Amino acid sequence: MLTFRELEFKMAKSSTSDAQALFRSLRSAYAATPTNLKIIDLYVVYAITTAVIQVVYMGIVGSFPFNSFLAGVLSCVGTAVLAVCLRIQVNKENKEFKDLPPERAFADFVLCNLVLHLVVINFLG
Amino acid sequence: MADPSEAKGEGSLRKAFGGVLGVFILLLIGTLAFSIRLFSVIKYESVIHEFDPYFNYRVTQFLTKNGIYDFWNWFDDRTWYPLGRVIGGTVYPGLTLTAGSIWWLLNNLNIPLSVETVCVFTAPIFSANAAWATYLLTKEVKGTGAGLTAAALLAMVPSYISRSVAGSYDNEAVAIFALIFTFYLYIKTLNTGSLFYATLNALSYFYMVCSWGGYTFIINLIPMHVLLCIVTGRYSSRLYIAYAPLVVLGTLLASLVPVVGFNAVMTSEHFASFLVFIILHVVAFVYYIKGILSPKMFKVAMTLVVTIGIAVCSAVLAILIALVASSPTKGWSGRSLSLLDPTYASKYIPIIASVSEHQPPTWPSYFMDINVLAFLVPAGIVACFLPLSDASSFVILYIATSVYFSGVMVRLMLVLAPAACIMSGIALSEAFDAFTRSIKFQLPKLFEASPSDAGDTNRGTQDEPTKVDNNTPTEKTEATVKERPSEKHRKKEKKKLEKGKEIKEKGKENADKVSNKPLNAKKLLVLPLEASAVAILLLIILGAFYVVHCVWAAAEAYSAPSIVLTSHSHDGLHVFDDFREAYAWLKHNTDVDDKVASWWDYGYQTTAMANRTVIVDNNTWNNTHIATVGTAMSSPEKPAWDIFNSLDVKYVLVVFGGLVGYSSDDINKFLWMVRIGGGVFPHIREPDYLRDGQYRIDAHATPTMLNCLMYKLSYYRFVETDGKGFDRVRGTEIGKKHFRLTHFEEVFTTHHWMVRIYKLKSPKNRIRGKSKKKTNPKTTSKINSNKNVKKNPWQ
Repeated sequence: MLTFRELEFKMAKSSTSDAQALFRSLRSAYAATPTNLKIIDLYVVYAITTAVIQVVYMGIVGSFPFNSFLAGVLSCVGTAVLAVCLRIQVNKENKEFKDLPPERAFADFVLCNLVLHLVVINFLG
Repeated sequence: MADPSEAKGEGSLRKAFGGVLGVFILLLIGTLAFSIRLFSVIKYESVIHEFDPYFNYRVTQFLTKNGIYDFWNWFDDRTWYPLGRVIGGTVYPGLTLTAGSIWWLLNNLNIPLSVETVCVFTAPIFSANAAWATYLLTKEVKGTGAGLTAAALLAMVPSYISRSVAGSYDNEAVAIFALIFTFYLYIKTLNTGSLFYATLNALSYFYMVCSWGGYTFIINLIPMHVLLCIVTGRYSSRLYIAYAPLVVLGTLLASLVPVVGFNAVMTSEHFASFLVFIILHVVAFVYYIKGILSPKMFKVAMTLVVTIGIAVCSAVLAILIALVASSPTKGWSGRSLSLLDPTYASKYIPIIASVSEHQPPTWPSYFMDINVLAFLVPAGIVACFLPLSDASSFVILYIATSVYFSGVMVRLMLVLAPAACIMSGIALSEAFDAFTRSIKFQLPKLFEASPSDAGDTNRGTQDEPTKVDNNTPTEKTEATVKERPSEKHRKKEKKKLEKGKEIKEKGKENADKVSNKPLNAKKLLVLPLEASAVAILLLIILGAFYVVHCVWAAAEAYSAPSIVLTSHSHDGLHVFDDFREAYAWLKHNTDVDDKVASWWDYGYQTTAMANRTVIVDNNTWNNTHIATVGTAMSSPEKPAWDIFNSLDVKYVLVVFGGLVGYSSDDINKFLWMVRIGGGVFPHIREPDYLRDGQYRIDAHATPTMLNCLMYKLSYYRFVETDGKGFDRVRGTEIGKKHFRLTHFEEVFTTHHWMVRIYKLKSPKNRIRGKSKKKTNPKTTSKINSNKNVKKNPWQ
């Protein structure tokens, strides 16, 4: 029968093949989402990347003035969160929001972003 | 044909009438909330009460006189001399900004109310608002009936009245309204999933942060609720919309308030919200992946993620714990720690432990403060479980946590009051629903039973099933009949089955007939008619007891302004206005720059009414400064004079109640002065002032006690009042009756000897006798002749 080493090799191969199958199914499932949702997802990724860049920059140069750092990071995180909320409300597969017109969802998104950025500008210093 | 449209017209008319009636009831509730708090204005006068409101009043005066930019940058040099206090950065501005804007608005409309009037009446106005907010919140949880009941209960609950009477111009007056309104907007967002309400929720949270330090309750309760929803499997996208924007926007807005500043991201009180924020995102991501993958693939993904995730999470957690554990208090502030560990304050921070509002409440105070609601709350909790929704689970969590916190500190009974009112409103409303439903559906039965049966109830029960046979066909033809009445008949028949044997067959027959109908409706409980009627009557009587108690509590217990005292004696009403007399004397007979030293209780009143600089006040932010004043009060005359002279003090103020029996005077607070002073200056030891562990001021008191400054300043010339020096508060004659003051001179004593003001004597020009040799400090004070005594740092 199989030696221990062959067993290990077989298990590793099966787990990597499992991971590959997983990634393939993820990619195919994601390709099926409509374009407007993909745009929102891109926006979220962009916002999070900006936040990460700011944190790295803070790690390099130090955290003074702290209120500016906080305002910058929280504005990125905030707008990402609001975009996720918009995506939830606009997604046609979401049964809870099927009678919410997407224009209303977008208007709420804009209003919330306005308030967020007003506060950010005030706090930026 | 005309029936359905008529029925619909009738239904909408009923709805319209119900709506108008609801608005009218809300108006009445608002008026009730406002007017029940006016007892102190009627019995005494429109004056600001207690101690803390005087500080808020002074700040509001400054704001209205100098504008908002000067207010933000105000550095107050008339308090905590010589340290001063940054008002802009250490005060919660919500209350003063609210009252200031009301005053500004009214003055611009040419209604010239004074600042004092606006300050006095801010609290009743906002309590009416709080009652309306309670209506909105309970309506979201259970419905309009429960909402109206809860609002009516909150308008009158004594615990809330005690902190919001007309004249009690303190943070809680607006903070409780902000609390309830924030909770309402959170529940509304949770129920509707609308981002608009989430924005409003964040703004309302901002108003709460501006108003009160108790905002940490909100920012810990809401994450707890989110966690509860996730753990019980009630995660939905509405939960994400309700919570995630609140955390980000709320943290930013909280950092805007100068008093909170960076504490919003750095103290442990806020970490719960960030932790739950991360957990929520993880859960949301898991649900999303679950939605787009097949189950087999999802299992593979889970195993992969779990192995990586656990490694990463444990690393992050270890770093976080190391960071937090390295600070001595684990990142919590003293007040929050004393909430979590009730014994913390008494061990480490005597100042927090000494405030009477921070003591645990006694059992009678629960019945005094929330009265009837105390035993309606459990019924409300049960009613919230049938059925359990997101909103009702939130209210259950709210009442559970607020009951715990109210058990730690009497002051937090105030946070319990809205929760108790909501629960009791739900309980009362459900009870009324059940009883009136029973009566409503049994009343036609009673009338349809023929007049011959009117007097004979026994025969009536026997004949009822036969009558039902005739009635069910007629009921079926009615246009408005739904499933519910027939279900009720079926249930009622089942109940009657237990009563009589001879009607058993007939009842079964009826049940079989009706069981053909589809069972859409819920099984609703129907109780016997007489029991329901009696129960409704008893509930109304219960409500009457509650109202009577609340009005009594508002009129007698909580309306005292505590700056004016009254007492009833055989020859009428005595008014003791000594405090204002003393402050007015100070204002008119001293220089503007003179410094007044007193115990910290009277600091705010002295700066507000007498307009003089004080050494310590109610803010109690600097323990060492307070300990210095405490040491001075506990030392003999010469060391006390030295301490006060080093602080540029000119006048010393003590409160003494021995002549009239006022028990909150400085002699009763003296042991706290000793403890706080001894905490910083070890040469003051509490056992020196106690004889056999007992605190006394009579002939058996210790020499240290009889020679300390507080004793001398309180009892100077007291023996001249009645010849024996009988102290009515302590109930004994004083120990040392005839003595002179060497370093202080008495300048003013009020009418009832309640406030006594002394002036520091200036040092002599030359020392007679011993020329040019400094007197040995150890010989002047013969009290501490013990060799082990620690050296007094002031000599």
